[in-house]
Amino acid sequence: MSTTTTDVHSHGDHGEHGEHNPYHQHHFTTMEQQFDTSKLGMWLFIVTEILLFGGLFVGFGLMQHQYPREFIEAHEHLKQNVFGKPFPLYGAINTIVLLVSSWTMVMGVNAAQTNQQKKTVRFLVATILLACVFLVIKYVEYSHKFADHLLPGMFYGHQAEDLIKGTHGYATFFAFYFMMTGLHGIHVLVGIGLLSWLVMRARRGDFTSEYYTPVDLVGLYWHVVDMIWIYLFPLYYLIS
Amino acid sequence: MSTHTESHSHGGPKIYTANLFALLFLTILTVAAASFNFGSANVVIALAIATVKATLVALFFMHLVWDKPVNSIIAIAGFLFLGIFLMFDFLDVTSRNVYPPRNMPPMQNATPVPDSMNPLKTPAPQPLTPAPAAEEHK
Repeated sequence: MSTTTTDVHSHGDHGEHGEHNPYHQHHFTTMEQQFDTSKLGMWLFIVTEILLFGGLFVGFGLMQHQYPREFIEAHEHLKQNVFGKPFPLYGAINTIVLLVSSWTMVMGVNAAQTNQQKKTVRFLVATILLACVFLVIKYVEYSHKFADHLLPGMFYGHQAEDLIKGTHGYATFFAFYFMMTGLHGIHVLVGIGLLSWLVMRARRGDFTSEYYTPVDLVGLYWHVVDMIWIYLFPLYYLIS
Repeated sequence: MSTHTESHSHGGPKIYTANLFALLFLTILTVAAASFNFGSANVVIALAIATVKATLVALFFMHLVWDKPVNSIIAIAGFLFLGIFLMFDFLDVTSRNVYPPRNMPPMQNATPVPDSMNPLKTPAPQPLTPAPAAEEHK
């Protein structure tokens, strides 16, 4: 605060409250304008994310139209765990984990907005932990697929009787499954990285009700990751 | 300071928690709906519930209800163009005949092309008959 108190006199006319925030960049008139600009950019990025995944969803729809029987048979394998026992709830549990993590994220943003720094850190750490739970469940699912050679495209080599015939459709299903859940998983990993960076900054006390832009924008990113899973879950785990 | 806080922090923990429970309820509803067989309506129901959930996330978790409208306009534009993309693709696949390449080996036990879409099993389209003449009017 000692540096900002001297700034009060030299830059008094800049800030809304006559105080120059250390994060206020010169080319913005007010902190609010700076925040709105960042948010607008984030929303444009979100649209590119929606279109990126949208292309994959359209491809999935086209291939499901071409191989309806194979897609339904192949999706039954998503219900099995690494021991080959049926466990139909991986997708549903991961949906709940991500929804709760979205809630902890938005509570973290709210805590940052209201100057509750300890609470911000706690909610951000909770979000990271839930993201890790999501990835652990994904790991259990993937290891079953790897063990049974339920792999995309040319790597497909499942030997069980029910899937040995007509591998075109199955290989296509798993190509889309690994591409889409894999790309989504990479987004979760990136999210964990961004959240860890936020925790570091929140512990340092960077965020106040005046400046919490990074928390808000990473929050938006995290909700998009959640939103994509909301569509992935019924299409992959619930088709019948 | 207080006025600034108010301008951004609408919503609050109560609304967020209520939203979370709504989302969890809709998740259970999707799983329950998938256990019934509504035929081809299953996909429509699942996607409709997913869209409601995505809208709830966008409106409350992503603050679009309280935000400046420009962010909503961008989000809606994104989904609008995705909708156009989806719509024209499905119009395409559901309305055309399938012409496999001549050198493609026959697939073993693949889903057979329905006869209605197989150009080899449907009669060649008849040339349009000229409109009946006026004197045939009854």
